[in-house]
Amino acid sequence: MSRFVERHPAWALISIIAIAIALWLVFAVWPPGLEEAIGRKRVFLNAVFNGITLGGLYFLVASGFTLIFGLMRNVNLAHGSLYLFGGYVGYAISTATGSWLLSFIVAFILTALVGVLLQLIVFRRMEGQDLRQTMVTIGLSIVFADLMLWACGGDFYQIQTPNWLIGPIELPLVTAIKSSGEPVYLRYPLVRLVIFAASVVIGVAMWLALNRTRAGMIIRAGVDDRDILAATGVRIQLVFVAVFAFGAGLAGIAGVVGGTFQSLSPGEDIRFLLASLVVVIVGGMGSIPGAALGALIIGLAEQLGSVYIPTYAIVVTFLIMVLVLAIRPQGLLARR
Amino acid sequence: MSKCSVGLLALSSLFLSSAAIAQEKIKVGVTATLEGTYTVLGEDGMRGHQTALNVLGKKVGDKELEFIVASTDATPDSAVRAVRKLIEQDKVQILLSPLSGDEGIAVKNFAKTHPELTFINAASGAQETTYVDPAPNFFRYNMDGAQWQVGLGKYAYEEKKYRKIATVGEDYSFIYTQVFGLVLEFCGAGGQVTNRQWVPLGTKDFASVIAALPDDVDAIYLGLGGADAVNFLNQYQQAGGKAHLMGGSIMIDQTILSSKGNAKNALVGTIAASGQADTWEDPGWQKFVKAYQDAFPPNKRFPSPSLLATNYYDSTMALILALRQVNGDLSNNQAKYKEALAKIEIDAPNGKIKLDSNRQAIGTNFVTEVVDDGKGALFSKVVKVIPNVNQTLGYDPAVFSKIGLPSRTVPECKKY
Repeated sequence: MSRFVERHPAWALISIIAIAIALWLVFAVWPPGLEEAIGRKRVFLNAVFNGITLGGLYFLVASGFTLIFGLMRNVNLAHGSLYLFGGYVGYAISTATGSWLLSFIVAFILTALVGVLLQLIVFRRMEGQDLRQTMVTIGLSIVFADLMLWACGGDFYQIQTPNWLIGPIELPLVTAIKSSGEPVYLRYPLVRLVIFAASVVIGVAMWLALNRTRAGMIIRAGVDDRDILAATGVRIQLVFVAVFAFGAGLAGIAGVVGGTFQSLSPGEDIRFLLASLVVVIVGGMGSIPGAALGALIIGLAEQLGSVYIPTYAIVVTFLIMVLVLAIRPQGLLARR
Repeated sequence: MSKCSVGLLALSSLFLSSAAIAQEKIKVGVTATLEGTYTVLGEDGMRGHQTALNVLGKKVGDKELEFIVASTDATPDSAVRAVRKLIEQDKVQILLSPLSGDEGIAVKNFAKTHPELTFINAASGAQETTYVDPAPNFFRYNMDGAQWQVGLGKYAYEEKKYRKIATVGEDYSFIYTQVFGLVLEFCGAGGQVTNRQWVPLGTKDFASVIAALPDDVDAIYLGLGGADAVNFLNQYQQAGGKAHLMGGSIMIDQTILSSKGNAKNALVGTIAASGQADTWEDPGWQKFVKAYQDAFPPNKRFPSPSLLATNYYDSTMALILALRQVNGDLSNNQAKYKEALAKIEIDAPNGKIKLDSNRQAIGTNFVTEVVDDGKGALFSKVVKVIPNVNQTLGYDPAVFSKIGLPSRTVPECKKY
């Protein structure tokens, strides 16, 4: 941190000012002039929170994607199908048992199993042939999409939010002051906050597991050079299967999350595949912190865009991707 | 040698027989949105189409109708691609297409490049399709989005006493047309539309849109459909929304009212207007509902047909009945058939339908209110039936043309 300040004093100053402005926008009561210029504070705060929570969902999908890519150099274009599959499993479990939490566990296990099968039956047979693997995953995603359409139909499925999570809560952020002098606090859907908190916990746990444990060390070594790692006697195939299972399981969990605060239907697989591709390209292929940063940027861009420039909201995320590709093609936080 | 000649004989007889069949068949291409945001709408449209075939049969004189289905995703280019494929590869002679608003405008323009063929609109409802520069071979037996809103503005103002409303709608031609119809009538009665929000088709996360809804309005009008509507309601419930709602024609529809989950319950009591009402007592309507219910097992259909099913039913009905009038005669660039289509008056389940000089339907409209049937199923209940609604909504054509074409900001909120 201090080295960064020493090397780029101008950039450090700019980023400190930007952070200060952002904090002021969130915590201060807006003067009337500002409200007139860019709308009510409630709308702004909601958009920011929505962007961050949506980023949490994108992170769940994209982190599995980027983990698999980082270790196996396998661009798994069937990742979106795993997301949708997890969502449908979650729906089935939550309607059958009425338990929302159980649906996460079952969705994780089942999608992880699908991941294991994919790795054992398909990818292991074409190791090192990146293009062929990518083509196969495209084919698989089409097959999966049709199988799910056949099994579940084209209906919209929503996973029931448990009763204790329905409705908004008040956050200690003042959005306005009433004429009586009484402050108005921000009301925000509880379920989104819980989901965001969960994705932060998962992200931090993943980071800790990767950087502080032996298994994480092996995976990081595999990302750097899997041939040398295999030569040291690590059973690399086992590591591949485990990582693929974990990445797929994360997509399954994300499916349940997506089914809870959005909805599940055919076509969602492609949408989330695209979202995670953009996130990973912005953040840097193979980097977990990159996926987190990319998800946050894309989530915020989508939500702020949909409020302040609705006409061009769709373009914004792709503009960001183009900018990143032009200025820093390896992604914002990639090492190489 | 003998084996070979037997083979040749078999092959040639196959060709002959297929040629013989080809003479007796009339090929019809059908498109529906079987992918993307409007998947559910497309599927139910196809159920309506199938119901019509069950009721009317596929025979026209000594010829048999053959239907070839192609899928679209509600974007104009997907519709043109599907129609082009049906014409060029499958050699269809008649088209029943498309389902969605923007698709309709694109297919109408495409129809001009094939003046020899006949295009029958399946369900699309943008005003521009038949109002601006209509194609002479494009026929629409359903009303447009603005016609489907007739009665709603007055009912909201006079009966519900709403004075100020805001709208949220998908950003494309059909919803522009719906909001056009609503604003014209509501503002004409003296109401105010303070805010119009537009979201891209296929939006999943509405949280910010919901946060930006104004507080100081009496009701919020929702012009959403398919997955978008379900997502909106789900997130609206999570955000603790409590405002009165009003709905467009594909919002208050079985495609949404029978979605899984409980977010739809926010819609009980919502007023809406559409080309049909689920609980209408009319015997023709009840007969259609019965035919629809009998055609599919309960888990493969909605409790009652959606607007899309009705539209596909009506347009298939017009297609077949007019073809029977001319006894399947498609000679001379289908001239006789087109004439019959322009003149035919069909006794559709949702009221009598005839075409105006632009080949646009004049029909019956319904103002409805969503009710719970006591067993958790939601239906739209008739409040008011308005017959003979034409495309200029009862305005003098000269006055109507001054209002402008439906868009994000047209019409202005004033009395025309």
